[in-house]
Amino acid sequence: MRYLLVEDNIELSDAVIKRLALDGHAVDHAMTLAEAEDCLAAANYDLILLDVMLPDGDGRDFLARSRAHLQTPVIVLTARAQVSDRVGALDQGADDYITKPFDFSELEARCRAVLRRRGGAARNDIALGPAVFDPLAGTLQYGEQIVELRNREIRLLEVFARHPGQILSKSHVMDRMFSYDTAVTENAIEVYVGRLRRRIDGMGFRIETVRGLGYRIETDAP
Amino acid sequence: MTETRSISQRLTLLLAGVAALLSLLSWGMVTGLAREATQRTQDNVLAASTTTIAETLRSEQGEVRLELPYAAFAMLDAISEDRVFYRVTAGGRILTGYEDLPQTSEGGLGQVTFDSGEYNGAPIRMASVSRLVLAGAEPLSVTVTVAQTRDGVGAVASELSQLAAILSVAFFFVAVGLSAFAVKTSLRPLNEIAAAVSRRGPSDLRPLMRAAPADLAPLLTALNRLMDRLHLSIRRSEDFIAEAAHRIRTPLATVRTQAEISLRTVDDETEKQRLRRMIRAVDESSRSAGQLLDHATVAYRTEDMAHDVLDLADVVRQTVAAVEPTAAMRDIHLEVTSIEAKVLGDAVLLDNALSNVLDNAIKYSPEDTTVSIYITRTDAEARISVTDDGPGLGDEPIDALTERFRRGSNTGGIVGSGLGLTIASDVLRAHRGRLELANTQNGRGACVSLVLPLS
Repeated sequence: MRYLLVEDNIELSDAVIKRLALDGHAVDHAMTLAEAEDCLAAANYDLILLDVMLPDGDGRDFLARSRAHLQTPVIVLTARAQVSDRVGALDQGADDYITKPFDFSELEARCRAVLRRRGGAARNDIALGPAVFDPLAGTLQYGEQIVELRNREIRLLEVFARHPGQILSKSHVMDRMFSYDTAVTENAIEVYVGRLRRRIDGMGFRIETVRGLGYRIETDAP
Repeated sequence: MTETRSISQRLTLLLAGVAALLSLLSWGMVTGLAREATQRTQDNVLAASTTTIAETLRSEQGEVRLELPYAAFAMLDAISEDRVFYRVTAGGRILTGYEDLPQTSEGGLGQVTFDSGEYNGAPIRMASVSRLVLAGAEPLSVTVTVAQTRDGVGAVASELSQLAAILSVAFFFVAVGLSAFAVKTSLRPLNEIAAAVSRRGPSDLRPLMRAAPADLAPLLTALNRLMDRLHLSIRRSEDFIAEAAHRIRTPLATVRTQAEISLRTVDDETEKQRLRRMIRAVDESSRSAGQLLDHATVAYRTEDMAHDVLDLADVVRQTVAAVEPTAAMRDIHLEVTSIEAKVLGDAVLLDNALSNVLDNAIKYSPEDTTVSIYITRTDAEARISVTDDGPGLGDEPIDALTERFRRGSNTGGIVGSGLGLTIASDVLRAHRGRLELANTQNGRGACVSLVLPLS
């Protein structure tokens, strides 16, 4: 997936870019509306993340202006909290909004929801041995068999699928799935992994436990 | 506002006063004119009578002779039934008539002079004329005086005066009636402006554009200027809230971002725990800031909220769509059972109230459960019920949960500000509805209902 991030806060932008890159997305960064225009003229994006307060104007005005010829879905990032702002952003053609500071897991969830709702041509399939995983739709296809995964399972599988052959520690997996939820323990990860293993049983790939280190995704030899 | 006497009352009173003054004046004038006219008539007849008598004066053998023609007195009878007196003097000597008539003023020869006086206790009017009569050797000045009491002419005058009085009173009443009408007509534009202002919706602060008499233009301008200022100050407080939110949240976003980056780079589990706690604290404060600002926004927005016809099914659909991704993150299924239910209200406020209720339900639900949202309808009310499989509302008094900053006793480690239900309940109160809180019948989970009157 190719994202355009229009945001003038460098730290926030960096973090968002890195986080989205973990899921294998390419992110172009524009600091101003003018830069955003240039990016939009040069490339096609699957999703735009748009801040409302930019040095050269209001993101919502930009949205209202370009909505007519812009097919790309837009998620508005706002630190404003006015009740009417949120409704206003949607009225002006945003697909969704998220209030700063946001949880990255929530941002990812909202991106997925918008992309799924728009149902664009873009697909983001990941091959797992003989199986094909579509993280957007949350489906796993193996021959004729299609398994629909639940959200947590999708997230978990996506984390593993993006790092084939690598050992991922429980705490790494935890950070990707829950950013601060202290109530979640490493045992919970074991529960999720156990549940996912039952779902993918017999689909040509496995999640193996590497004692003392974590987990690794393994595909059957072809 | 201290109420002074109304303009219409004042104007009517003023105009009535003027009418009374004019009536009095006109009555006085008519009375005066009537008196003068009757006086003049009497004078003319008296003069004619005196002249008629004076013309009969002649000298006969050195003696002054005269006749008293019947016509001379008959004409006096014609104007009224007053008594008539006469006197003829020649050179200071009384020839005939009433000796004791008062003295008259001297006029030129042949000229009629008039005098008023009193005779036998009655007011009289006298006309005198002098003529020279050759009696003997030298001409003798003979004065003829005719007098008449004034009772009759006075009666005519007062009769006329009475008539004038009646007419004046009638004129007065007609004038008062007309002024009341005139006042009402001229004040109509003012009342129309007042009606136009009070007909407006509470948030309609557009300038008042309407044709008004030039006299009202300053009032209209002042009114429009006031509305402008009001509009500006409302806008400012809205902007202030947005700006405050921005100022608070932007640095929080930076802190959170940095913490997340560190969380990814450090390996030490204690460090990680610390960072997680930090992120949690940031989330708590940003959520509290958000809800405080929401609360403030809702508080002033409810004061002049919109009253649009809304279908609760639309409100539910939009709000549920907005919270869907957060619910999905925890594999919580949002199940909506919807029917059409039209209410009068403010979509932004209702969305906010429902968001708060749904947020709570999602936050407190265990993973992999269902939150059910149904719309039901009775004859007069519509109800959005949200039930979850969470821990329920605890054993605190349920009403206390809508108090500001009050959180249930069993909220565990979940981030919250304690304002969500307060906001929801404020919004519903502004819609003449109510927020109902209950634990579900099976004892698991909470059921929160937003009850609104149907439009």
